[in-house]
Amino acid sequence: MNSLILKTATPFLVGLTVLFSIYVLLRGHNVPGGGFIGGLIGASAFATYTINEGVAATRRAMVFHPVSIAGVGLFIAGLSGVASLLFGDAFMTGQWWFPSFAPDLKYLSTVVLFDIGVYLVVVGAIVAIIIGLEEST
Amino acid sequence: MFDGSGFEGAGWLVVWPVLIPLLGAALAAAAWGRERTQATISIVVLGAQFISAAVLFDHVWSHGVVAMSMGGWPAPFGIALAADPFGAFLTVVGSLVALAVVAHSLGATDAEHRRAGFFPLILALMAGVAGAFLTSDIFNLYVWFEVTLISSFGLIVLGGRREQIDGAVKYAFLNLIATTLLLIAIGLLYGLTGTLNMADLSGAVAALPQDSTLETVGLLFLVSLGMKAALFPLYFWLPAAYHTPLPTVSAIFAALLTKVGVYALIRVFMVVFPDSAHLAREAMIWVAVATMVLGALGALAESDIRRFVSFTVVSGVGVMVGGLAIGTEAAFLGTIFYIVHSIIVSAALFIAAGMIASAGNATRIEDLAGLYKRAPYLSVAFLIVGLSLAGVPPLAGFWPKVYLVQAGLEAGSTILVVGILLSGFLTLLAVGRAFALIFWRAAPEDAPTPPAPEFGNLVKGSLGALAALTFLIGLYSAPVVKASTRAAADLLAPDAYIEAVLGAPRAVTASDDPVLGKEVTE
Repeated sequence: MNSLILKTATPFLVGLTVLFSIYVLLRGHNVPGGGFIGGLIGASAFATYTINEGVAATRRAMVFHPVSIAGVGLFIAGLSGVASLLFGDAFMTGQWWFPSFAPDLKYLSTVVLFDIGVYLVVVGAIVAIIIGLEEST
Repeated sequence: MFDGSGFEGAGWLVVWPVLIPLLGAALAAAAWGRERTQATISIVVLGAQFISAAVLFDHVWSHGVVAMSMGGWPAPFGIALAADPFGAFLTVVGSLVALAVVAHSLGATDAEHRRAGFFPLILALMAGVAGAFLTSDIFNLYVWFEVTLISSFGLIVLGGRREQIDGAVKYAFLNLIATTLLLIAIGLLYGLTGTLNMADLSGAVAALPQDSTLETVGLLFLVSLGMKAALFPLYFWLPAAYHTPLPTVSAIFAALLTKVGVYALIRVFMVVFPDSAHLAREAMIWVAVATMVLGALGALAESDIRRFVSFTVVSGVGVMVGGLAIGTEAAFLGTIFYIVHSIIVSAALFIAAGMIASAGNATRIEDLAGLYKRAPYLSVAFLIVGLSLAGVPPLAGFWPKVYLVQAGLEAGSTILVVGILLSGFLTLLAVGRAFALIFWRAAPEDAPTPPAPEFGNLVKGSLGALAALTFLIGLYSAPVVKASTRAAADLLAPDAYIEAVLGAPRAVTASDDPVLGKEVTE
C-alpha cells in the first residue's frame, strides 16, 4: 500500500500495539482482557506491518514460522494444565504461587501461563492466515 | 500416582488419551517444515495415545467408570471427562487404527503433502476424536466435533487438486449445517433444563413434561448427529467428498469420523433421552434400514473405486444405528462390535483402494483389470477385508450381524432383520463384482503393461496388519464379544456413569480454594 501517512506511522503503531497487546494479556483473568483478545491485538500489529512492509519483512520480524509459534503456544497451554498433576489436583486446576517477598504479585500462576499459550496460538494462527492471504493476491 | 488407587491418579487416566495427541499436534506444528521430525513425533504420540487408552480401558474394566472434572470445578458446573467401557473401548480401537493408517502414510504420502501440515492436522483430529469419545459434557462434545471438523477441513484439501476443492466445499458446507443444527439443539436443551452435563441432563430431561418441545429437540439431535454419521437421507455428502483427499486421509475419515457421529447418537439417546424423544426413536429404525440398503445399492452401482468404498461405509452406519433403534442389550452388543469391526475395515478398505488406484493407475473399476497377477498381496488383503465387510463367516464382520439379527428377531423387528440380510447380500455382490473386475479379469492383450507396483514395507504391512486383525477377530471373537457385552450392559444401566460423573469432583472447601486456602494456612 502506498500511503505516506501510514508508512510514517507504522513503526510507532506496531510498537505501541504490541506493547498494548501484552498489557491486555497480563491484565486478563480478573479484569477484561486475556490471551485471546491480547493475541488478536498483537496479530493486528503484524497485520499493519505486513500491509506496509510486505510478507518477507513480516516473516523476518517474526523470526520463527507463524505456525511454529502457534504450536509452541498450544504446547505451553496444554502443559499449564498438567502442572496441577504435581499438586494432586484435577487437570487444568489453576496453581498459584505467592512469593513471600512480593505477596501482591498476582501473575505467578499456571493460569497466566495458559493465557500466554493462547496469546501465542492466536498471534501465530492469525499471522499465518494474513501471510497466506497476502501471498495469494 | 498412576496406580489408580487415589482419585487424582485414576482421574488423570481419562485425560491422557485426549491430551497426548493435543500436545503432539502442538509439537508437530512447532516443528513446521521438518517432516522427518513431525513423522517421528506422530508415530510416538499415536503409540502413546494407544497405550494410554489401553491403560484407561483396563482401569475402567476393573474399577468402573473413571471421571474427572476439569479444573476441579464441581459437577454439574465444571466440564467433566468420563470413560465408561463403551467410550474407552472405542478410544483404544480408534487410536490403534490411526497408528496403522499414519504408519501407512509414511510410505504412501509424498513430501509435498506432508509439508502442508499433514501430521499436526492428523494429531489434532485424533485429539478431537478421543475428546468426543470421552467427554461427558454435551457442549464439550460439540467443541470436540469442531476440533475434528477444523482439522478435517485442513486434511481434505491437502494436495489442492480441483476435485478436492469441490469435495471439500460440499463436505465443509454440509458439516457446518449439521454442526449449527447440533448447536441449536444443545441450546434448546440448555434452555429447557439449565444444564449441559450429560449425566445431569439425564435426570433433568426425565423430569420435563414429555411434550412436543422435547420431541423437537430429540429430532434435532437425530438430524444433526445423523448428518455427521451419514444417515439417510443426509448421507450424500460422504460419497461426494471422501474419494477426493489422499487415500490415508480418507481412510482415517471413514474409520473414525462417521463413528464419532454414531457414538454421539448412542450417547445422547441412551444417557440424555433414555425414555424420551419417542418420535426420533420411531424414525430411527426406518432411517437406519434405508441407510444400510441404499448404501449397499450405491456401492453396487458405483464405478469409482473410492466412491464404492464410501458407499459401503454409509451402509455400515445404517447397521450400527439399527442396533440403537432396537435398543436391547443384545442389539447394543451387536452395534458396539460392529462399530469396532467397521473402524478396522473402513480404514483397511480405503488404504487398499488407494493402493489399487496407484497400482492400476486408474480409479474407475471398469478401467482396472488383471491386478491379481501384478499385486497378489494386495488382492488377498482386499478379498479378506471385503468379505469381512460383507459379513462372510468366519471373518469379523459376520459376528456382529449375527447378534444384530438375533436381537432383531427377539425384539420382533422384521424390518431390521430384512435390512441387515439384504444389505449384507448386496454388499457381498458389490465386493464380488469389484474383486472380479479389478483382480480376476485378465488385462486386455493390447494394453501396455505398466511396471509391477512397488509398495514399501510400511505400506504393505499396515494393510496386512488391519486385514489380519479383522481375520483374527473373526476366528477368536471372544474378547471383543466380552468387551462389547460389558459396554452394552453399562449403556443400558447408565446409573454408574451418572454417579461417577456427578460424584467425581469433590465440593470445593476452603482448604481446596487456591486463594482462600493460602490465607487460611498462613
